[in-house]
Amino acid sequence: MAAVEALECKECGARYALEARHACDSCFGPLEVTYDFSGLDREGAKRRIQAGPASVWRYADFLPFERPPRTALAAGVSPLIRADRLAERLGLGEVWVKNEASNPTHSFKDRVVTVALAKAQELGYEVVACASTGNLANAVAAHAAAAGLESYVFVPADLEEQKILATGVYGTHLVSVNGTYDDVNRLCSELAAEREWGFVNVNVRPYYAEGSKTLAYEVAEQLGFELPDRVVCPVASGSLFTKIARGFEEWREVGLVEGDLPTFNGAQAEGCSPVAQAFEAGLDVCKPVKPSTIAKSLAIGDPADGPYAIDLARRTGGGIDSVTDDEIRKGIGLLAETTGVFTETAGGVTTAVLAKLAERGDIGADERVVLVITGEGLKTLDAVRGSFETRVIEPTTTAFAEAFQREAVTS
Amino acid sequence: MSVTVKIPTQLRNVTAGDAETTVDEATTVGEVLDGLYDRYDGLRDRIAEDGDLRRFVNVYVGGEDIRFLDGLDTSVEDGDEVTILPAVAGG
Repeated sequence: MAAVEALECKECGARYALEARHACDSCFGPLEVTYDFSGLDREGAKRRIQAGPASVWRYADFLPFERPPRTALAAGVSPLIRADRLAERLGLGEVWVKNEASNPTHSFKDRVVTVALAKAQELGYEVVACASTGNLANAVAAHAAAAGLESYVFVPADLEEQKILATGVYGTHLVSVNGTYDDVNRLCSELAAEREWGFVNVNVRPYYAEGSKTLAYEVAEQLGFELPDRVVCPVASGSLFTKIARGFEEWREVGLVEGDLPTFNGAQAEGCSPVAQAFEAGLDVCKPVKPSTIAKSLAIGDPADGPYAIDLARRTGGGIDSVTDDEIRKGIGLLAETTGVFTETAGGVTTAVLAKLAERGDIGADERVVLVITGEGLKTLDAVRGSFETRVIEPTTTAFAEAFQREAVTS
Repeated sequence: MSVTVKIPTQLRNVTAGDAETTVDEATTVGEVLDGLYDRYDGLRDRIAEDGDLRRFVNVYVGGEDIRFLDGLDTSVEDGDEVTILPAVAGG
């Protein structure tokens, strides 16, 4: 029997049927899917996971469906890489990199979209849509194409060219909006009320957000059904950050893992850090900002799950930090040079925050740390342009020896 | 003078299905909302708490979030459009 129960308001507890609805009628609070895991046998669940497909659907017992849907494009099961050279560079004991760039459209957004589109289809939608800072646009366009759904993708006009190209290619209706992501989001909220469309991060958002839990399940499974001590993760809306914790909490409840919830550290870019600012000021609501950062995938000035991200950081003894654009570029370089993983600006933010925590002495020598790298470096090439030198030579050994004089002599 | 207000689906069961309405004689967003509270029974409790907006309610004037303006004191002029929306979207 499936464990999925209802939608429940995180603010006032009001319950609703499992329909396309994202905000509570009574108080406007966010709705979240609830489950009853009391009938779930731990060993049975573990067997189904280990015998399951190489995709998020291996965790179907913990997703909002009566039975696992069929989806055309697999998402999830990304590598968890032990990053000893990065750990050594930062003076840390044990660091793991969860590399979400290995997903079909090269970011963690494939996880949320595969779940959202399966639910949108179940609810009868023939058109799907989203407000995106880029990665979601790629994912919605691709998964809609694979599923044979019509799609509309709304993005801010100043998006990186790579993300525009990697969206349009799938044959979506690409809409570039003159405004910030928050303007795009407002527009989509208004459109969602007018059209019979499944907006993955508006009216289908409670289901969409559930997809992020699979990142937590995977980390735990890849660590041999153990929890890490600390998670460092980027914060844009705060949805991924809080849902990773929810995933760990569910597995603790079912008994698939034991021990305390990890410490959660959120990472933001200084040019768009409403959650870090609220955390620092001891507030529980975020004051919206107008973003100005190279980390465009994190450029959400009015983060929907900000209050819950702050709460999570506080109750696990973590924090929310922000880093400058220069630190972001250095973070991209540090990860690439020590792990062979080339990440986009969001991953630069996360790596830079890890470096900051290490420098500040916040991380114990015996801690097992997981760094959540959400996306691919090829999507934000401008961030590394000019960061290294290319030697141009004539095709002769002499020319090479001249260019690399020191190396040539010593070899 | 008259201000147009766009009402989200979440509130339409207290506005008798109205998706849009107009408020006359209001000079600030706060006064626009007061006009709505007078007209629609039960609306105030849905979006306001202790004299302020609930934390997951966003209000815009001409597409700009009032938190970037003067909040409930933001002035409105004839022909302005005020939009109420749930904050929980996106990301």
